[in-house]
Amino acid sequence: MKVMAQLGMVMNLDKCIGCHTCSVTCKQAWTNRAGVEYVWFNNVETRPGQGYPRRYQDQEKWRGGWVRNRRGRLTLKAGGRLRKLLSIFANPVLPNIRDYYEPWTYDYQNLTSAPLGDDFPVAAPKSLLTGEPMAIEWGANWDDDLGGAPEHGPADPIVQRLRRECEDKVRFDYERAFMFFLPRICEHCLNPSCVASCPSGAMYKRVEDGIVLVDQDQCRGWRMCVTGCPYKKVYFNHRTGKAEKCTFCYPRVEVGLPTVCSETCVGRLRYIGLFLYDADRVTQAASVADEHDLYQAQLDILLDPTDPEVIAGARAEGIPEDWLDAARRSPVYRLAKEYRVALPLHPEFRTMPMVWYIPPLSPVVERLTETGHDGERAGNLFGAIDALRIPVEYLAELFTAGDPEPVRRVLRTLAAMRSYLRDITLERPADESIPAEVGMTGGQLTELYRLLAIAKYEDRY
Amino acid sequence: MPEPGPHHHAGGALDSPATDALLRTGRFFTRRDTSADLRAVYREGGREGDVFYRDRWSHDKVVRSTHGVNCTGSCSWKVYVKDGIITWETQQTDYPSVGPDSPEYEPRGCPRGAAFSWYTYSPTRVRYPYARGVLVDMYREAKARLGDPVEAWAEITGDPDKRRRYQSARGKGGHVRVSWDEAVEIVAAAHVHTIRAYGPDRIAGFSPIPAMSMVSHAVGSRFIELIGGAMTSFYDWYADLPVASPQVFGDQTDVPESGDWWNATYLVMWGSNVPVTRTPDAHWMAEARYKGQKVVVVSPDYADNTKFADTWLPAQPGTDGALAMAMGHVVLKEFFVERRVPFFVDYVRRYTDLPFLVTLDARDGGYVPGKFLTAADLGEEDEGAAWRTVLLDGRTGEPVVPNGSLGFRYTESGVGRWNLDLGEVSPQLTLLGSSDVAEVLLPRFDAIDGSGGVLCRGVPARRVAGRLVTTVFDLMLAQYGVHREGLPGTWPSGYEDAAEPYTPAWQEPITSVPAEQVVGVAREMARNAEESDGRTMIIMGAGICQWFHGDATYRAVLALLMLTGSMGRNGGGWAHYVGQEKCRPATGWATMAMATDWQRPPRQMIGTAYWYTHTDQWRYDGYRADALASPLGSGRFAGMHTIDTLALATRLGWMPSYPQFDRNPLDVADEAQAAGPDVAAHVAGRLRDGRLRFAIEDPDAPANWPRCLTLWRANLLGSSAKGDEYFLKHLLGTHNNLMAEQTPPDRRPRDVSWPDGDPPEGKLDLLLSLDFRMTSSTLLSDVVLPAATWYEKHDLNTTDMHPFVHAFNPAIDLPFESRTDFDAFHAIARRFSELARTHLGVRHDVVAVPLQHDTPGETAQPGGRVLDWRAGECEPVPGRTMPNFVLVERDYPAVADKLASLGPLLDRLGMTTKAVTYQPDEELRYLAAKNGVMLGGAGDGRPAIDTDAKLAEAILALSATTNGRLAVQGFRQLERRTGQRLADLAEGSEEKRITFADTQARPVPVITSPEWSGSETGGRRYAPFTVNTERLKPWHTLTGRMHFLLDHDWMHEMGEALPLYRTPLDMHKLFGEPTPGEVRDGASVTVRYLTPHSKWSIHSEYQDNLFMLALSRGGPVVWMSVPDAAGIGVADNDWVEAVNRNGVLVARAVVTHRLPPGMVFVYHAQERVVNVPRSEATGRRGGIHNSLTRILVKPTHLIGGYAQLSFAFNYLGPTGNQRDEVTVIRRRTSQEVRY
Repeated sequence: MKVMAQLGMVMNLDKCIGCHTCSVTCKQAWTNRAGVEYVWFNNVETRPGQGYPRRYQDQEKWRGGWVRNRRGRLTLKAGGRLRKLLSIFANPVLPNIRDYYEPWTYDYQNLTSAPLGDDFPVAAPKSLLTGEPMAIEWGANWDDDLGGAPEHGPADPIVQRLRRECEDKVRFDYERAFMFFLPRICEHCLNPSCVASCPSGAMYKRVEDGIVLVDQDQCRGWRMCVTGCPYKKVYFNHRTGKAEKCTFCYPRVEVGLPTVCSETCVGRLRYIGLFLYDADRVTQAASVADEHDLYQAQLDILLDPTDPEVIAGARAEGIPEDWLDAARRSPVYRLAKEYRVALPLHPEFRTMPMVWYIPPLSPVVERLTETGHDGERAGNLFGAIDALRIPVEYLAELFTAGDPEPVRRVLRTLAAMRSYLRDITLERPADESIPAEVGMTGGQLTELYRLLAIAKYEDRY
Repeated sequence: MPEPGPHHHAGGALDSPATDALLRTGRFFTRRDTSADLRAVYREGGREGDVFYRDRWSHDKVVRSTHGVNCTGSCSWKVYVKDGIITWETQQTDYPSVGPDSPEYEPRGCPRGAAFSWYTYSPTRVRYPYARGVLVDMYREAKARLGDPVEAWAEITGDPDKRRRYQSARGKGGHVRVSWDEAVEIVAAAHVHTIRAYGPDRIAGFSPIPAMSMVSHAVGSRFIELIGGAMTSFYDWYADLPVASPQVFGDQTDVPESGDWWNATYLVMWGSNVPVTRTPDAHWMAEARYKGQKVVVVSPDYADNTKFADTWLPAQPGTDGALAMAMGHVVLKEFFVERRVPFFVDYVRRYTDLPFLVTLDARDGGYVPGKFLTAADLGEEDEGAAWRTVLLDGRTGEPVVPNGSLGFRYTESGVGRWNLDLGEVSPQLTLLGSSDVAEVLLPRFDAIDGSGGVLCRGVPARRVAGRLVTTVFDLMLAQYGVHREGLPGTWPSGYEDAAEPYTPAWQEPITSVPAEQVVGVAREMARNAEESDGRTMIIMGAGICQWFHGDATYRAVLALLMLTGSMGRNGGGWAHYVGQEKCRPATGWATMAMATDWQRPPRQMIGTAYWYTHTDQWRYDGYRADALASPLGSGRFAGMHTIDTLALATRLGWMPSYPQFDRNPLDVADEAQAAGPDVAAHVAGRLRDGRLRFAIEDPDAPANWPRCLTLWRANLLGSSAKGDEYFLKHLLGTHNNLMAEQTPPDRRPRDVSWPDGDPPEGKLDLLLSLDFRMTSSTLLSDVVLPAATWYEKHDLNTTDMHPFVHAFNPAIDLPFESRTDFDAFHAIARRFSELARTHLGVRHDVVAVPLQHDTPGETAQPGGRVLDWRAGECEPVPGRTMPNFVLVERDYPAVADKLASLGPLLDRLGMTTKAVTYQPDEELRYLAAKNGVMLGGAGDGRPAIDTDAKLAEAILALSATTNGRLAVQGFRQLERRTGQRLADLAEGSEEKRITFADTQARPVPVITSPEWSGSETGGRRYAPFTVNTERLKPWHTLTGRMHFLLDHDWMHEMGEALPLYRTPLDMHKLFGEPTPGEVRDGASVTVRYLTPHSKWSIHSEYQDNLFMLALSRGGPVVWMSVPDAAGIGVADNDWVEAVNRNGVLVARAVVTHRLPPGMVFVYHAQERVVNVPRSEATGRRGGIHNSLTRILVKPTHLIGGYAQLSFAFNYLGPTGNQRDEVTVIRRRTSQEVRY
């Protein structure tokens, strides 16, 4: 066992309102400059939708992440390291600017300087790359709130996969409309394929907190990392010719401040904390044969910070006492490991991502009431998880490599929490059978409620 | 620990053994650690490459400020500054705690706010003063020749050709840089000339929502009011005012802070898309679900908040009233008739008008509801008898006059009795069981074309004092169609009876919501209220408010809350969030903004009527005022055009109207003073004999035009201007896309003059705007002054959404030539005062004042009976049957001095808010010491308010919410009137005086004050009307209770005496537009035109912001359903045009299955300045979202002089509703657009 510390984040999608404040504050702080106009270290995607860059989840096209080869070894999807080194001058598989979007601005100056003419002055759009007039045809968030979804939604790789199983699973009609939002930053993976892709050794994972960074001095602009990252969260600065990515706001977290995206999250849905994990078992966990086992395998290498053996191991590795204390108070550990309500994003990419998500529960009751059930009753809710407006299968494709069971379990837990707490709120006797249904005690469910609902600043970070 | 190698990799391995070997070698050449399994490279030290991001994060200081945008956010922000440059902003997180068992207010902010700093240095920033080049040339030439700014302005505006030349250049570019001195001189000269030539009431100012930056608002308003100009209202004009609020509660609007959503156990979001429009508050909604709160959403589209809903009621746009009525039917039937829930019954007897007696008048073989029975009907003759309503005491069956009605509010005999204490009286809710029954005729308006029908339903009745009466409750059951044994009439046979209003089955074809769902939700919300003591809350939004009949819809929704005991409860009641109305330090702000420390009364104008009249939209009305009247009305609107109702409301003293007379009111004052001491009587006599007329009776006469308009903190012409193209054509006289037909001769006004020929074009001589960015308004302005941004000045900010007051602070020195609004208005005032010395001097003004709410004026017209002195129905008595006329001195050369100092009227008269008068004697001494005093001039020795920070200090010191001494003082006064204990709500806070420095340090919670109706005492969350329910303080209504019945003549005439459903306006019938759903040649489709608020802007603010444009579609868009788009061949992102008689919109289509067919979303305030090409329809630049709308005045909004139906500024007035409009959409023939 080699105990290492990793900063992680959990986002509760059940609370996300899709406001994009995180994107804007991040952009303002980090990428509001030439060369990275199109870059969003943090972006928010409407699901179902293609995401940013377009269809980034389709690794058959973009070749990101790892695959398990016939020998049971992990190899980069884009090709093993040896091959990479040998073919270093070949063009990597990269999204082009149209897969992101061509950034633009407007001729704002015209509003002030237009001479007397025959009509209102207007600020017409022009390209930020070429300066030429341009028609705006795609953007960083084009399908926000299901805009254009009937046309673009079917190209969502998850929708495509689900429709291969059943044409009816996701339909783009009014009666069946559903959506939720997926904010994304770099996953700061335990097994980062971007780092493994870099031929210059410019990408590294910080030993003390696991933040994955690009050394701006070392980067030679090979862009293998862009290909290697299956989340497409490494970007190419076309001005400096170097890669840039989300830094987990290390200049802030080093002095005890949460990341910009977290502190400014007005939905109060982001949690930051420390994980302890067994670095010796990462490759093993990432190599399990069945993709459905990847979630559990990753859970298993997250270590219990109260376990004396873990503490001793951590001390041996030089992890300071205040970090161990932080690990014991870590909200992300509680959500991911103790309550098991947070799930990793695309574990099948085998990068062991460390930004996890609580899947969205709602809306639930309506589909039930159509069939005459009283949706407020916990028992009915449990039976109805598969009838939710957001298909469990869609969520499973995002978080559990398609295995619906862990998602169902999370949704049942959230539903049980609401039902259990309603009795308490209305000063009725608490029904202890409700937490029992999800394998928890009333006290645990109440603790989970406090963490998710009351969520004080000091409890989130 | 053994070192794992490639040959025994228990922990898994990478690639192939060859790679392992390569990597194993490679690691010796670097300084880094490689993981044992060669998977990852770790590194310590050697991080010089990271320094870039560390540098980027560093900054010199962080300054607290906020955004003065009318979004209700009121979020405190950290503004980061490096090397004197604003870099970015993030939210403050230091709000005082809500408590250990609740979420907090941190962080507050949204993507719009987070993108604000972009404006500071953006290319759209107004950096210097600009003026219209054509005008500047003429002005310089005339001034050089005539040697006087005022004479130069007089000549240019007096010359029709010159005037036409610069007016027709408006909005077409051609601004030139001028100096501040020259810009200010032109503005001052225009104002001086207008006062001299036409009168001060020909000057207007428009600046909305003081709460968002009250100092900046107050300073400009104060200048306008000091010179005798009119401030036009905004809350009603924006159609954010729910007229139902004054109607039902006698209150402008009072709502819970968002933290109180946490206390609700059942939450309905009705036409309010909380995540988008209340972004910083939305987390409360998401979090309360975890406590077990049930969430219901009513919205036609799958909206952002629908994602959070347990139940979604997808009601068709504009049909929400039908849904609410059907829910009311269920609640009344199951909780008041089949079962009488004691909590509900007790609640409505104490706090609503349901037990009060109403007369029944014979009509057509049946009866119609008449008036509230009053003590005067019982033969009482003392003062106030006509304003004391009557109910039956259940113990004796005898009529009693309970405390609390309006007859106790202003009278000597009412002292100590204006309260809701019923004593031993047990109000009788129903007369059922009494010997009589009466068949009552009730109007219905559920036909698709909006025409009226009649319902016939029996009520129990009896005679009291010789009149047949019933209770409001019995009328409600009849109205809702809830049958009880023994009552005659036509009733629904059950919930499934679709033929009879207002059953669940009846509403289904109207709203498309399944009947069973309506029954389920109604039952659930009532049960929740029963179980939780009224913790059922409904968040109500613009989606249901901004309709022509939005007041009717609101009353139907409010009825649900009043019936279930949910008003005046923490966690319960209505939560109307449309517009940011709550300026918490209300008294101090109003005193400063209205300059009532120097002179009273101020001129306050109802905005909707102002624009309706002066943009000549009235000349394009397609229908007469009686087109929407009740079939049971008595023909009061027969033959009248809507502007005739406005003229009537003016001459009866109901509503203000400026310009006021057909002459300069300064001249009228001279004449009246010469005639004798009684100025009001003289003016009344002149009006009676016709030698003086109200300007509203001939609004198109040049003498009656508005001449100068100042916009600040506002973008009227790119945002709120309903009928924008009418503004361009008639008010401004420039190019436009208006295609409407004038009112045909047979529908023209009865009383108001209709000049021959086309309506005038170009009424306004000067349009001035102060802004920091280029908007439609600045483009159209003759003079544009560069304003400070919100990160460059001192100001104050509050909202209804949280209980704190906090500050704006300058993060940097004013860049370029920008100035704060405060400094700009002071500069204008100084130059104005200089020019006034020679051109104006000291004059007197006659101000016409309507009968005002919360003053004895609201008891002027008993019974709500309309008596027109012009028709000889009564005598013209100022302040009774007509407006009052008040003489005011205008010391024009002293205007600048007065602007900068606190005036002497405060010492003598104090400050009055909602009939409570505060005496700020200590506060004046405090301010004199804290701010210093002015030396010399008109303000000599008076406390100084000559900087923005000092004005902020004055606002805080002079308000009870921010000054505990005044709060206690006010409550003591209310205790005398009500006889109830109240002062304890603020006791303990007497020493608490929130200073400007406090608000700069951290958001500060306000103090419970009589200025509002709820209590924060003891750290509870603010919920409205808790003081009423808990301390028995009456509502400010006729009965002192919440009203279901409105018995004014005009409410009966419109058929809206009781809650009901009215269909959206039929624009085909009223204006000849095509019918929604109509497809022509597969090329165009007619749809409902809805303008909800956008995720990417706050009104027009931020819609031009590059970040917001990058995250959205980069310019104006029309959201369309799949079937509508397919029907006319539109694909996502195609250019389309929306056209109706009012104008043209050019935008790209966003095709989505989120919307049902038959409607489009054109998000609010998409302006013409960014990415708007020329239209194919007219060849001209496409318009703004309001280019397709126009003003439609509802006559019942004009009622005045009658209890809660009385005017107060932004409190009651016609709304600028715009949601009933339809448009034709078609794909552009050419997808190549030309800018």
